[in-house]
Amino acid sequence: MTQTDLEVKKDPNDAAPQPGDERMWTARVRGAAVRAFPPGKLLPDRQPSYVASWIYIFGVLTVAAFVVILASGVVLVVRGPSWWHISKIGLYFNSIHLWAVELFFFFMVIHLWGKFFMAAWRGRRRATWITGVVSFLVSVGAAFTGYISQQNFDSQWIATQAKDGINSTGVGAVFNVLDFGQMLLWHVLLLPVVVATLVGVHVLLVRRRGVVHPLPVRGTTVDPGS
Amino acid sequence: MHDDEIHPGSITLTEAAALPEDADWTGPTIRYDLVKEVTVAVVVVAMLAMVLALFFGSPDDAPVTIRQWSNAKPGDFLATALSELDGSSGSAGYGPPYNTAGTGQELGPVSAQQIVGVHIPLDTVNDFILAPLRQQAASTPAVGVVLAQWSAASSDQQTTWMTNYGDALPKGNQTGTGAFSVPPADDGPLPGLLSALLTLADSGALDADLTSSPNFYGTDYTKPLLFLSDSGYLADKGKAQNLSGSQWGMMNETGSYPGQAWLWLYTMWYQIPPMKTSHNADVEVWAIMMGFSLLLVFVPFIPGLRDIPRFVPVYRLVWQDHYRRLAAERVTPPAGSPPD
Repeated sequence: MTQTDLEVKKDPNDAAPQPGDERMWTARVRGAAVRAFPPGKLLPDRQPSYVASWIYIFGVLTVAAFVVILASGVVLVVRGPSWWHISKIGLYFNSIHLWAVELFFFFMVIHLWGKFFMAAWRGRRRATWITGVVSFLVSVGAAFTGYISQQNFDSQWIATQAKDGINSTGVGAVFNVLDFGQMLLWHVLLLPVVVATLVGVHVLLVRRRGVVHPLPVRGTTVDPGS
Repeated sequence: MHDDEIHPGSITLTEAAALPEDADWTGPTIRYDLVKEVTVAVVVVAMLAMVLALFFGSPDDAPVTIRQWSNAKPGDFLATALSELDGSSGSAGYGPPYNTAGTGQELGPVSAQQIVGVHIPLDTVNDFILAPLRQQAASTPAVGVVLAQWSAASSDQQTTWMTNYGDALPKGNQTGTGAFSVPPADDGPLPGLLSALLTLADSGALDADLTSSPNFYGTDYTKPLLFLSDSGYLADKGKAQNLSGSQWGMMNETGSYPGQAWLWLYTMWYQIPPMKTSHNADVEVWAIMMGFSLLLVFVPFIPGLRDIPRFVPVYRLVWQDHYRRLAAERVTPPAGSPPD
């Protein structure tokens, strides 16, 4: 860096690239990020006046339950898979984990059907809908691997029952539900990472596109799929 | 977290309602403290989960072991062991991904199991019966003798012995000393062979044999779980807990817990014809569920399906305040707004 470079350096808080830097990958990614997510969109303190129903709370409740699942899961991971079978505190944390999962699906299903009946994919929000539904489907897999990683009668029963379904698709050859080690790693690492990524993208898409407009009433000609 | 106070936007509500659906909303707004809402939601859900955990806990019934099974139901254990030996057990004739003894399930002309092939090799005769007995033979010469007699026999001779032993087994019973006695028959070394396996199982050594790994550390329970799943013992235990397939199966848990309630649709297909009695029920149910999942994912692109919300008035309930304000504004336009 030369003295001239230092002299022309602009305010580091300015997202716009310096003259000549426009083609740099970093400058382009920063520019795209700032255009897609200006601070007012990323963390808004205002919402359209129609965002005034109890149904809107279920999205954030789902995220909140996911946070509790991750937090209780981290405690269980720290002490290892056998701990909760021999410790009352461990059993309590396992119970928190279980009930957070139950709440997560309860909130998520209400959120999903609420958004369905609001046709929330309208206005270039298809990707928001798709990431939401895929998050739900992957979450079912994440919960399932948790149930078969419990090392108790439930996990024995569920795994031996489920193997036939998974095997019938051909997937059982690489996803062996009877292999505790494999299922535990999917449960504590791979699937949570996928769910967290999908939920993150979903939330960013909601922030980028905003909350879907109300369906028009009286003489509407708007196509809910547009 | 929002307040009910409406703040005017740069355009009226009527004008905003006519905005394209992908346009940023510039109509009236409300204050909405997103960070506060997320924080409160996390605290409330955490407290709710903690209270539910405190009052209801979570199920943790001890796993079933082969040792428990052989001690509690030696007749069932011996019958299952015989079925592994003669190839009639579920695992022995399963097909891919465990072996080539079965064809696997088919969806029309396609069998994904066959296409993928064997990836988790299982030979029930060797893995469940002979290999554990060979280890036992190192310390118990009598086991080595019956093993040698069995191995030296022809396939036809082995079949005859297995048939005769299978006929005698249902007449067997537990003696006063706890041993299981099978009436004499022309079954060669089989009584000695399977009784040695029963002894091995009673001691817990068979649990260890089937879970053992050549690398000392082991986390794969495929073999003991397949062996247990061939038994009547595990099935009876599941049925007693209302967990069998006809009882909505694996979506439930032991005790009165909600289990995986979100699997209700998946489990439902097993309760209705033709899946209820189909040999290909699993692959049929998976195909149905994959179809439903794809429909749900691609709802925005499917005419008819994506129009349902317009005809179900749930949205009128969700946005009732908005529609009310919109109607009121049309009757009494805000000061300064142009006439219609």
